[in-house]
Amino acid sequence: MTSWFTSPADAGERLAAVGYLADDGIATSVFLAAALGKPLLAEGPAGVGKTQLAKVVAAATGAELIRLQCYEGLDEARALYEWNYKKQLLRIQASGDQGWAETHDDIFSEEFLLERPLLKAIRRTAPTVLLIDEIDKADVEVEGLLLEILSDYQVTIPELGTIVATRKPYVVLTSNATRELSEALKRRCLYLHLDYPSPERERDIVLAQVPGIEASLAEQLARTVATLRALELKKSPSIAETIDWAHTLLALGRTELDESTTTGTLGVVLKHASDQTRAIKELGLPAR
Amino acid sequence: MSLVDRHVGFVDALRRAGLPVSLAEGLDAARALAVIELTERETLREAYAATMVKRPSYRPGFDTLFDLWFPPVTSALRAPRETGTDADELDLGQADLARLRDRLAELLLGDAGATGDPAFAEFVRAMVERFGRQPAGAGRQNWFSYSVMRALSPGTLMARMLDEVLRGQERGGLAEKVARRRLTDNITGFEDAVASDVRRRIAEDSGVEKIARSVVKPPVDQIDFLRVTKADLAALRREVYPLARRLAARLTIKHRLGQRGRLDFRRTVRASLSTGGVPMVTHMRPRRPHKPELVVLCDASDSVATFSHFTLLLTYALREQFTKVRAFAFVDTVDEITRFFAPGTDVVDAITTMTREADISRFGRSDYGHSFEGFAEKYGDAIGPRTSLLILGDARSNYQRPALATLRRLAGEARHAYWLNPEPHAQWDTGDSIATSYGTVVEMHECRNVAQLAAFIEDLA
Repeated sequence: MTSWFTSPADAGERLAAVGYLADDGIATSVFLAAALGKPLLAEGPAGVGKTQLAKVVAAATGAELIRLQCYEGLDEARALYEWNYKKQLLRIQASGDQGWAETHDDIFSEEFLLERPLLKAIRRTAPTVLLIDEIDKADVEVEGLLLEILSDYQVTIPELGTIVATRKPYVVLTSNATRELSEALKRRCLYLHLDYPSPERERDIVLAQVPGIEASLAEQLARTVATLRALELKKSPSIAETIDWAHTLLALGRTELDESTTTGTLGVVLKHASDQTRAIKELGLPAR
Repeated sequence: MSLVDRHVGFVDALRRAGLPVSLAEGLDAARALAVIELTERETLREAYAATMVKRPSYRPGFDTLFDLWFPPVTSALRAPRETGTDADELDLGQADLARLRDRLAELLLGDAGATGDPAFAEFVRAMVERFGRQPAGAGRQNWFSYSVMRALSPGTLMARMLDEVLRGQERGGLAEKVARRRLTDNITGFEDAVASDVRRRIAEDSGVEKIARSVVKPPVDQIDFLRVTKADLAALRREVYPLARRLAARLTIKHRLGQRGRLDFRRTVRASLSTGGVPMVTHMRPRRPHKPELVVLCDASDSVATFSHFTLLLTYALREQFTKVRAFAFVDTVDEITRFFAPGTDVVDAITTMTREADISRFGRSDYGHSFEGFAEKYGDAIGPRTSLLILGDARSNYQRPALATLRRLAGEARHAYWLNPEPHAQWDTGDSIATSYGTVVEMHECRNVAQLAAFIEDLA
């Protein structure tokens, strides 16, 4: 198996080349996930770039991204594989007077198998990044289903036997921590806690993501957002919202983030009325 | 000490500090060491973190231990600094205090700590070397961070640094708030760096294992409610919303998993048309979600203040999940406090107003019996067959009448009744505590930290 990245520094540079600014922790984890052949579990609040991480790993290495979006009620048939039973019925009707054994062997073959994301990722021979998104939204049983795939990179289908990955996919799991994941799952993964970035890093992210913004405004934005996050809010502003804020200010043609501008555009970053009231009070902003 | 020994010792220290590092995870970490550049200290730190630290609340403890086991420098091996490269270079060992403070202000203003400027680390080390040492007996020395802080007192540089940053801008506005925040963070960064360097020096003098045992604080969800410091309380409050969200998510999942409801006659008949009027498949109505009502009765006396503070926050974060939440507080008289927590109000403010305005205290010493009787008399109708009654308190009633019969009646009328006691089980029934007597009437749970509280509410749902 060819290696994905040669060193943490290499990982950091290649992610930066596709527009993702990785700090030491991210670069090291991304590198190790490939070097040790282990899945990477990225956990953290909404909007800090967890899903984006999987996308840029795929983009940086030229691999194909296969995505499994988890939701409540996700089951094996949607995640792993399913038999195409309608086609099987047709086959049985068309077979006429063929013997039972023959038909049985026939209808449980490759032709009638519907591949779902997990099986698809295991069977691909080209480099693949498998993104299992929002694993915390899925039911606990799905974690059990994942264990075999994540530790041995194989899938067992009773009628076909065990399918072992010819080429290990690069697996990224993301979680918003709405529930505690099982110890068994965590043990098999490398853990990366993505949190809100330092003001310095956030400034660089804004500069990279929002073309045409002044460096001083980006700095001001990042500092102000950091101050907002330090307040006790229901929902702290995410990186995505900082970037939205930067776009908003550009669209309004502002070059400076003064008090009245902040109050006027606070709705871009704070989406709860009580959070806005609190921010206006604590930061001494003029009331709207 | 070989690398393997150091690795094993480090893993062992992590386990001692309460991090659950499994054998497999330790092996993963060792494998990771084989593929990374060991001379890159931050890479090493992150490699260890990725393989062994699987919960964010363990990270601060991990970082402290990592700094001890893999220190950035060792005093004995330090390379002599090249001097004379810069004529203006400050001699940190000799310069007078005013110049050192200038230098510190300069570093703090330049965000040197956050950007990992080597000059910052060097300054910290030199300051600890110069001010942190206290002789202790013959040939021995102790290291302290407070003496460094006292000498340099970074807090008093604030006014001057703010002037520098704002440079004539209007004071008191947003710009000042933002700048103040940034500088405070930088000062905290400096204090942490000094403390870390002091720990490193102590470890060099008396051995890593010895100090490792005493420096790691428990993770935030393990902090005892009754021993919470002010700083911890802020951290705890930050746990409230994620916790409430997690519990809410958990509650909805449980609701949907419940068995299906009554037969939907209309849909079943309609579906039977395709099978010639024979109902082959039955359709059920979705079950109506059970939304319990919650009545919280909370001891607000000083002995359990932090605990009730936190639980009230949680109660109100959870209110979307319950059709109705009513909260009552008491010290020796009971009063309804629901009105302070109207939707949209700021919970922290609400708690402040509550402690000021609610009529809950006559003599200022908790009296459970009188409070229960008062509650039954004034608000008895709050409890009905759909209500869950939650009592929060330490069951220390200052030797007053317990009013067990009243409580039994209240508990009997409610659908469920629970008592959360923030004291460790071993201290129940000591002194004026009558936990066991109350425990026979209402199911009592020990609830000393966030982890236990979360476990309780998951069972409740």
